[in-house]
Amino acid sequence: MSLTLEEVRHVASLARLSLSAEEETLMRTQLSAILDAVAELSHVDTSAVEPTSHAAGEVAPWRPDEVRPSFPPEKALGNAPAKVGTSFAVPRILE
Amino acid sequence: MEPTDLSMLELGRKLGSGELSSVEAVRACLSRVDRLDGQVKAFLRVDREGALAQAEAADRRRKEGKRAGPLDGVPIGLKDLFLTQGLPTTAGSRILETFVAPYDGSAVKLLRAAGTPILGKLNMDEFAMGSSTENSAFFPTRNPWNLETSPGGSSGGSAAAVAARMVFGALGTDTGGSIRQPAALTGTVGLKPTYGRVSRLGVVAFASSLDQVGPMTRDVPDCAALLQVIAVHDPCDSTSAPVKAPDYLAEIEAGVKGMRLGLPREYFELPGMDREVRAAVEAATRALEKMGAQLVPVSLPHTRHALATYYLIAPAEASSNLARYDGVRYGLRVEGKNLLAMYGRSRDQGFGLEVKRRIMLGTYALSAGYYDAYYLKAQKVRTLIKQDFVDAFRTVDAVLAPTSPTPAFRIGEKVSDPLAMYLNDVFTLPCNLAGLPGLSLPCGFTRGNLPIGLQILGRPWDEARVLRIGRAFEREHDFHRRAPPLGAA
Repeated sequence: MSLTLEEVRHVASLARLSLSAEEETLMRTQLSAILDAVAELSHVDTSAVEPTSHAAGEVAPWRPDEVRPSFPPEKALGNAPAKVGTSFAVPRILE
Repeated sequence: MEPTDLSMLELGRKLGSGELSSVEAVRACLSRVDRLDGQVKAFLRVDREGALAQAEAADRRRKEGKRAGPLDGVPIGLKDLFLTQGLPTTAGSRILETFVAPYDGSAVKLLRAAGTPILGKLNMDEFAMGSSTENSAFFPTRNPWNLETSPGGSSGGSAAAVAARMVFGALGTDTGGSIRQPAALTGTVGLKPTYGRVSRLGVVAFASSLDQVGPMTRDVPDCAALLQVIAVHDPCDSTSAPVKAPDYLAEIEAGVKGMRLGLPREYFELPGMDREVRAAVEAATRALEKMGAQLVPVSLPHTRHALATYYLIAPAEASSNLARYDGVRYGLRVEGKNLLAMYGRSRDQGFGLEVKRRIMLGTYALSAGYYDAYYLKAQKVRTLIKQDFVDAFRTVDAVLAPTSPTPAFRIGEKVSDPLAMYLNDVFTLPCNLAGLPGLSLPCGFTRGNLPIGLQILGRPWDEARVLRIGRAFEREHDFHRRAPPLGAA
């Protein structure tokens, strides 16, 4: 199957990737080839098969809900590209 | 004989008796790094001061009669995917180039408690996506057996450092073969434990239902000893199973007599499998038969769908996991005219091409209108692949297969063709999809003196048997003792 450039741009916007024009063209070719290769799965009969989402297949365990120390703000902010006081700083989203 | 020729357990015994000190062992490693890593390029970061300080502490514990265990003082390396307090953890990516972990991951904590000095952080394919270490944002690692070839990946730096005897052992991670394939290509031993055996807390996530941490060493007993340290239930990782680890060394020498070992037809009939690889693996199966194992033909009919299944599930999970790199809390930020532009530019400049490709593929497979046909379909085929193994393990105790269809390939040979690169993982992926333990160990060499790996797959939680089979083979061969020509100088 062949992806259109529009589809590539739509997926890139969902993935929050600002691709260059060259990258869009490359992705179009390569993703189309990969989708062709994985299309073989459509021939496998899975009508009576449950999906496996996890290898473990165990029920998610519980642990006691105990109060434990967490990171102090200065440590949590240690790798922040920008901060103001004890907050992460981001570009304004409201005018 | 240099101290670096010793195995981890041998060195541990000499450290215990006082014949060698941990500081001497660390210095011996550092001297090899200085001599060889300019060519091999396994390390992203060498922590000289940290490793020497940890070695001094180990030597003090020894003098005070307080050794932490058999590996106390034995230097190791970490794939740069493990959060290590105070050291950069880059995951091989520009987007994390300046990230310094604020805490130790669980496996790292356990290693520190066991007393192993951490010599540094090892190169890898970006976010563990790749089979050659060429997707590292920094530089490719080279195979110590032939510097023109790749050590495999994604844990290629770990495998190369162990093979070149720059560290005694290392930790890697394996999502589709990233421990076993580089182990095979570098003549080392690598184990992917059962999913849930080792905590993933503090390991940069790639595909959460497949990722597993494991040991990379020069022989099977070392692999067992290193697994012993990290195979501990972690209540802070909900996928870490509350299953107690047995003593992995207790029966490792017990041999294979009476065991039933499966030979899956589908793994030996792959078109494109290298003839020398096939011959060496078949010879290894016959050697195990001579030692008293019974070889049983088995069928894993859905094997041929594993590649397509994996390359939908892993990218889907990756696209979700990597959404966290948005330039807000950590990692690279590239300013834009608004928040969305900042996200897009940070991610475009921070991620390499293979990572973007997988994010795109995964996002597509999860997007409205395509979810059922791609992601859900792959999850259903995953059930069939898993069921194949359940059926096979009704009649056999373990399965034998090649690890990689080819020996080490030349750097640059496959990098522009993603589908050709993905084929490297064709024998290792089913194990991750099914959540099984899988070991790779050296079982021969090509005429060009490149290592070949034998893969042993076991039932869930049956690492002890897998290691025992590997040890039985290793004990009667000398492949694991051979050192790459590079190290002979």
